[in-house]
Amino acid sequence: MNNRLYGNLIFELSKPGRRGYSLPKNEFGHHEVPAKMRRNEDAKLPECDELTVVRHYTNLSANNFGVNNGFYPLGSCTMKYNPIINEEIAALPQFAALHPLQPEDTCQGALQVYYDMQKALSAITGLEEFTLNPFAGAHGELTGLMIIRAYHQSRGDLKRTKVIVPDSAHGTNPASAAVCGLEIVEVKSTAQGVVDVNDLRGLLDDTVAAVMMTNPNTLGLFEREIPEIQKLVHECGGLMYYDGANLNPMLGVCRPGDMGFDVMHINLHKTFSTPHGGGGPGSGPVGVRKGLEQFLPVPKVEKVGDRYRIVTSNDQNFNVHVGEFFGNYAVMLRAYTYILTLGKEHIRMVGPLATLNANYIKEALKDVYELPIPTVCKHEFVFNGLKDKSTGVTTMDVAKRLLDYGYHAPTIYFPLLFHEAMMIEPTENESKETLDEFIAVLRKIAEEAKATPEDVKTAPHNTPTGRVDDVLAAKQPILTWKQLSN
Amino acid sequence: MNFKFFPHTKEEIEQMLKQAGMNSLDDLYADVPEQIRFRGEYDLPEPMSETEIRSLFEKLGEKNRRLTVFAGAGCYDHYTPAVVPNIISRSEFLTSYTPYQAEISQGTLHYIFEYQSMMAELTGMDVSNASMYDGSTATAEAAIMALASTKKTDTVLVSASVDPKVLNVVKTYAHFHGFNVELIPENDGATDKAHMDARLEKGGVAGVIVQQPNYHGIVEDFTGFADSCHAQKSLFIVNSVAADLALLKTPGEWGADVAVGDGQSVGIPMAFGGPSVGYMCCTEKLMRKMPGRIVGKTVDNRGQRVFVLTLQAREQHIRRQKATSNICSNESLMALFVTIYMSVMGKEGVKEAAQISYDGAHYLHDALIATDLFSNKYERPFFNEFCVKYNGDVDRLQQRFIENGILGGVKVDTDTLMFAVTEKRTKEEIDKLVNIAKEEKL
Repeated sequence: MNNRLYGNLIFELSKPGRRGYSLPKNEFGHHEVPAKMRRNEDAKLPECDELTVVRHYTNLSANNFGVNNGFYPLGSCTMKYNPIINEEIAALPQFAALHPLQPEDTCQGALQVYYDMQKALSAITGLEEFTLNPFAGAHGELTGLMIIRAYHQSRGDLKRTKVIVPDSAHGTNPASAAVCGLEIVEVKSTAQGVVDVNDLRGLLDDTVAAVMMTNPNTLGLFEREIPEIQKLVHECGGLMYYDGANLNPMLGVCRPGDMGFDVMHINLHKTFSTPHGGGGPGSGPVGVRKGLEQFLPVPKVEKVGDRYRIVTSNDQNFNVHVGEFFGNYAVMLRAYTYILTLGKEHIRMVGPLATLNANYIKEALKDVYELPIPTVCKHEFVFNGLKDKSTGVTTMDVAKRLLDYGYHAPTIYFPLLFHEAMMIEPTENESKETLDEFIAVLRKIAEEAKATPEDVKTAPHNTPTGRVDDVLAAKQPILTWKQLSN
Repeated sequence: MNFKFFPHTKEEIEQMLKQAGMNSLDDLYADVPEQIRFRGEYDLPEPMSETEIRSLFEKLGEKNRRLTVFAGAGCYDHYTPAVVPNIISRSEFLTSYTPYQAEISQGTLHYIFEYQSMMAELTGMDVSNASMYDGSTATAEAAIMALASTKKTDTVLVSASVDPKVLNVVKTYAHFHGFNVELIPENDGATDKAHMDARLEKGGVAGVIVQQPNYHGIVEDFTGFADSCHAQKSLFIVNSVAADLALLKTPGEWGADVAVGDGQSVGIPMAFGGPSVGYMCCTEKLMRKMPGRIVGKTVDNRGQRVFVLTLQAREQHIRRQKATSNICSNESLMALFVTIYMSVMGKEGVKEAAQISYDGAHYLHDALIATDLFSNKYERPFFNEFCVKYNGDVDRLQQRFIENGILGGVKVDTDTLMFAVTEKRTKEEIDKLVNIAKEEKL
């Protein structure tokens, strides 16, 4: 990989005097930035011609793997197809060139899309109103918890400082609660992998602000005790938070609002097909049931007659602000395009087909991979490594070997409930052929683990990069070109 | 079925169900209690074809007006080199996720390393993270980082000259996280250092947050600020408009411990406010307290130089509630935007764009003052944005601008407009704006 074309940093391709840009002639005469305010030396940015830059990044892209390259069964991330039309709509200059502080009269179309999108999310989830301002899933969690705290505070109920999260929860749940100034209490899972209601009962009292549930949970299991749980939590005065990270298999099946949830977030980059972009920009809309709208962040958009208006205050003691403008607006445009493409008819099939695909893989492999919880799963499921542990081949090894065969790896070593966790999520967009090939490869790797275990333990072999030394990176951190070149 | 995103044929669904031991798709949900099944119809439109979608958004787009933008206040109409959106739309970048599998994610890891290098250069700091959501949340995260990095502190000071939208986000985080935000008053539009010094001496301050250029567009003189903070073991946090740092004294040169801000100003489309990208850089000393993803250099088992996510012991998936932040991604594609922008514009281009913006703003400012209809709100140096008082009806003037296709500044007070100029604005456009103001008063 470290040949001239692929391995260089852009700084190593730089040569003083080269230019990659053209700007209009300065027509304004020179005005001097006061000497005291000027930087002493220029930022050492590269100097490259345009083609060098284009080739560099084009070649870098060849060292990446996206959904458009191949099957990406990364559990909990819902790596579904990102429709091309979404990109076209998001790039329309009538939206992309709008300044967020334009007068309402000059951005009615943009405000209408915001309004209609939050209505669409309400229809899909059974909740009353959504904010589209949070920038990502974890940001949505934080926003949702802020709303919950603001609600309790507005009632003068200040002792509710605990959030109960299952031990199978994503790490962001406890981390978001901590940023929000809340204490975390873990509730146990049963041997069947769902929330242990008896354990929960013992944790509920008048200090509980909310119970956060991911549903289906990170084991891909539907939390079947939700009707009982929501009753218990509401009886003790707490609110129910729905972590919508795994909402995809619920499309067409059930709605968080109907299940008794008060607040939820949605990851538009998962369920609603917006690209993950190598790790953002995402979008994490937050919805609330009727009666909590006044705690949603501002700005928001309301409809008065046939006009759309920007609301900048909720007339509360405290208004929640989670960003400067309307969140990742262009991401929301993509998701709205997706919803319109599917319409009421096809959106119903998303959940069942995603769930069918997951169960199909699970059943086809459970004789060679250990399936700790053998019930029907939803959009994803967790294997606890190979069934035959005698080979010494770990989940890490299997994951790396999958790369050799042209697949992205599943999510590994999460959830923490199983030591060799391997979490597989196929999404509804994958064909039977794709799944069959993937199954065949995972079976082949299981055979290799017995016959030629060293090949698996030293994988990958066919990728541009071999296994990386994580320990060295953390022990001697080199984070910039300057540190590298010194 | 026959829908373009679902490959399943009817026969395949039956086969697959059978192999999974099910009779119907409904069986897959046998564990969902009937009382919470959704059996109704979604209140959504019928599916739309691409043609219908295009025509819908065209109609919606007609309800938006594209204006010649002379407004800023945190979102600027800078020039976007054609190369940038083209490359970031490559699906290998666009449709990948967080680079957990380093062996097939070197594209992403490599550009994040470049991004971190460029941001550290631009801000004059030692290290950078892999980017954050936006400038306002990055600032709030810096405040939390200051509290976690100092002892016996419960307060963060924020200058009154910081963008009120950023301040609102910091206050929101503070309200829930549990720390105090105290404002340092401004004096003729700039941070009152004497007031800050006096407050610092009282103790309990984790950090001081200032902005450069500040919300009024003023370039502040932070001489002695870092010393005042450090004497009280507080952190000095500077929020800057990224593009302006091509010319301005860097947060590093001012002695900052943490540099944060928004990267939208490096040619990211305004897009009604997002997505943008937040940045955070800090001193080496604070590196392990920094939130967010970080990429570092290492080697692979073939001896090649490669890049990998590192210092993950700070992060939520390992530390859960003890993590430095709940952030579990970055704004990666927008960090790529910044990286390619900096690569094509390069060392000279970023300066030239900033200088044209600076010159254009001063040209507009001088022309407005020369009309005698406007007067300076502050007597301070500014960069590419400035506040002027108008001795007429501000709303009517702005309406007149709009009628002429111009977004003529942001109204920041009953009698005050704040104008921003970027390298995209021509002399002709500026002259037109000034003439409209003159005619309005006739």
